[in-house]
Amino acid sequence: MSTTLLLIQTLNGLQFGVMLFLMAAGLTLVFGIMNLVNLAHGSLYMMGAYFAAAATAWTGNPLLGILFAIPATLLLGVVVEFITLRTLYQRDHLDQVLCTFGLILFFNELARVLWGSAAIPMAIPEALTGFVTIIPGLIYPKWRLAIILVGLLVALLLYLLISHTRLGMLIRAGASNRPMVGALGVNISLLFTLVFGLGAALAGLAGAMVAPLLSVEPGMGDPILILTFVVIVIGGIGSIRGAFIASLLVGLIDTVGRSFLPALLRELFQTQSANTIGAALASMLIYILMAAVLFFRPRGLFPPKGR
Amino acid sequence: MAEPLLAVEGLVKRFGGLTATDDLSFSVAPGELHAVIGPNGAGKTTLIAQLSGELRQDSGRILFADQDISQVPGWKRPHLGLARSFQITSIFHDMTALQNTALAVQAHAGHSFRFWRPADSDPALTDPAMEALRQVGLEARANVPAAALAHGEHRQLEIAMALATQPKLLLLDEPMAGMGPEDSARMVNLLRALRGSITILLIEHDMDAVFALAERITVLVYGRAIASGTPDAIRADAEVRRAYLGDESLAV
Amino acid sequence: MRLDLRTITVIVVLAGLALMPLLAWAVDEPYWLRFWSRVMILALAAVGVNLILGFGGMVSFGHAMYIAIGAYAVGALRFHGVEGGLPDLLLAVGAGALVALIIGAICLRTAGIYFIMITLAFAQMTYFFFISQEQYGGDDGMRIEGGTRLGPLDLSNDATLYYATFLLLCGALLVSWRLVNSRFGMVIRGARSNEQRMTALGFPTYRYRLTAYVISAVICAIAGALLANLTLYVSPAYTHWTRSGELLIMVILGGLGSLFGPVLGAIALLLLEDVIAHFTRHWQLFLGPILILVVIFAREGLFGLLTPRRQRSHTAGGSHG
Repeated sequence: MSTTLLLIQTLNGLQFGVMLFLMAAGLTLVFGIMNLVNLAHGSLYMMGAYFAAAATAWTGNPLLGILFAIPATLLLGVVVEFITLRTLYQRDHLDQVLCTFGLILFFNELARVLWGSAAIPMAIPEALTGFVTIIPGLIYPKWRLAIILVGLLVALLLYLLISHTRLGMLIRAGASNRPMVGALGVNISLLFTLVFGLGAALAGLAGAMVAPLLSVEPGMGDPILILTFVVIVIGGIGSIRGAFIASLLVGLIDTVGRSFLPALLRELFQTQSANTIGAALASMLIYILMAAVLFFRPRGLFPPKGR
Repeated sequence: MAEPLLAVEGLVKRFGGLTATDDLSFSVAPGELHAVIGPNGAGKTTLIAQLSGELRQDSGRILFADQDISQVPGWKRPHLGLARSFQITSIFHDMTALQNTALAVQAHAGHSFRFWRPADSDPALTDPAMEALRQVGLEARANVPAAALAHGEHRQLEIAMALATQPKLLLLDEPMAGMGPEDSARMVNLLRALRGSITILLIEHDMDAVFALAERITVLVYGRAIASGTPDAIRADAEVRRAYLGDESLAV
Repeated sequence: MRLDLRTITVIVVLAGLALMPLLAWAVDEPYWLRFWSRVMILALAAVGVNLILGFGGMVSFGHAMYIAIGAYAVGALRFHGVEGGLPDLLLAVGAGALVALIIGAICLRTAGIYFIMITLAFAQMTYFFFISQEQYGGDDGMRIEGGTRLGPLDLSNDATLYYATFLLLCGALLVSWRLVNSRFGMVIRGARSNEQRMTALGFPTYRYRLTAYVISAVICAIAGALLANLTLYVSPAYTHWTRSGELLIMVILGGLGSLFGPVLGAIALLLLEDVIAHFTRHWQLFLGPILILVVIFAREGLFGLLTPRRQRSHTAGGSHG
């Protein structure tokens, strides 16, 4: 019984982890290559969810909604990069933090104006509703399983893109030695826009896929943004591999901690407040992890070489 | 020869497969102006970094004023009397020349947990700072923001800051780097004036300057000292000639 | 002190704040008193943030946690039946300093973006910690019952609280003015612009930066204690990361590295919010782009605009981020 629960929570953690990876991949690339701290990454995720929900409402088909959300977020990302972020590459991190903080305020309020303050529901694609039996006695929602598979597929594609293509070579070179890429005669601003668009599309995909699981509402990107930053800082900024490992780590620790820590504390202390303290401690776990990682490795687990 | 002020013994520093400092030994006598020269990639920068404590050697010892400082952290070494200047000008651009130098004085005037009295009007800091500026000929520019000084003046300020810490040994990392002939000549004169009153270890690219100034020269090639001696001995050294073959600057 | 535009601004703003209660009373707008108390409290916190951000180049994205700690100190004391302004201040300052000492010691091992993120992480931890404190209201926070007396002063009186805040703000400005020009301040400023050089000169910069971090946190904790007295309410939302962001905005808006800038920044931000909110519910739709424009085009902030152009170039510093 408890094993089943643990397995389910592990799968949930995995699902959360790959979703974090979709976010972290873009954020860590943008940071590693453009040296840009983009707090508005969570806003792209939120807009992805809204695009999916809106397109679903319009077409009546959630799958179409999600497929629409990806290019829409990509386009939005490119526009945002072109209008505001481009001027920030040469600025210090403080400027970037403040500017993209301004973007968050703007997008949260924009969502409120366009779609209202209330949460919008979104349906799961029909073919993927219901449950699937993974092993006898262990049933799991099809949609969550689909998210895990899509996330792992994207991770694989990203790996192939980065290690086996010319674009990937430039991205790797950019993350470890930015001036060199310019010296190679590459159109830097095009590369930056491409990378940013790619990151935006992944964030949009993440938002669109979790939209049926969560409520689509203004500000939904904020908590996920913080977690994503925790992930890329633990992983080492600029490292896709680090982002992947840290995503799964954070996803698993957070999910499993939340479901077992309160019970564990209850067993140990048998007090009224064990539940709430356990819950709080569970919420703090990943931040404690991050502080510990930075204490021992001030540049994360997998800092890109050469910087 | 008297007890050396600085002695480097069997110093080794590797970066991966590259041995940047390879069993290096040499010594600097009190009061002398000792130059370290060597072609690009000879390991001059790595040597400076180890002497100032920015890098920790893999093995070997650094003895300074009869004390093994190999394990002493970088910020403590200036307190023992080891001051350095930087090859790429390293000053506080948003402060005036006087403030820059006063900060150097302050570093050696006890702790800085003094929260109330303005540092700018504290003669205990500004008087020695002005004196150091006078030594390098910058006293007229004391109240100019460092960012507004000319390149040559930046280098002079670097040296004033090092002098302000009242060091036993001045570690100068290519003070002539990027200078035109006029500024170079002024720097040579400045160093010549300092020679004798303070021990100087000069790491330099400019051969004219080195042979004009140094009392002893150590030649570094691939992280090793291939020769050490007076300028005349170095000029005559066969191995040095081989290492510098084709480098006409040694034909002075 | 020469009588330039900046000095005049400082005098006018402080005199205006000193006289504000009279004006509010004359036009019968008691709301003004509370509004401007809030402005000054946040200005006080921004002055604290400015010490490490503007002069020390440390971008802390978690200083709202010290406001929350100060506020919860008051809340907890009242909850346990302790009344009085002195215990409030002592607990707020003591708790703020202790927490800052521990957190700062860890955070200052990192630099740049990692510092920004680790301070944010600690603020998030504090957020969840306060949520877990059920006796103090958990997620919902708690109302603070009972007034505060500070000696003969009754801080539950709006005007008294206003002037207490005003005096503390002036005190913090005086302290930070002396501080940044003292030997200690020179070390902090030096470490911002060139840490490597500071080490080469022989400064153990870490302990100085940690001290500055603690001082700045204590100022924020005092602001938090005042805020609790003003709102008579405290909740985990006080340490939300957007609050830390707003503190940074105030400092930048006012002008990085100028002593009085944070006061102007706090006034500007809160007035802006208030004014836009009069016209539309969706004030953030406008605040966001305004912020972006300020960062991109008016890097030196409001106080920078008051500086003669020829003096400007090297006064506003960057960060070590």
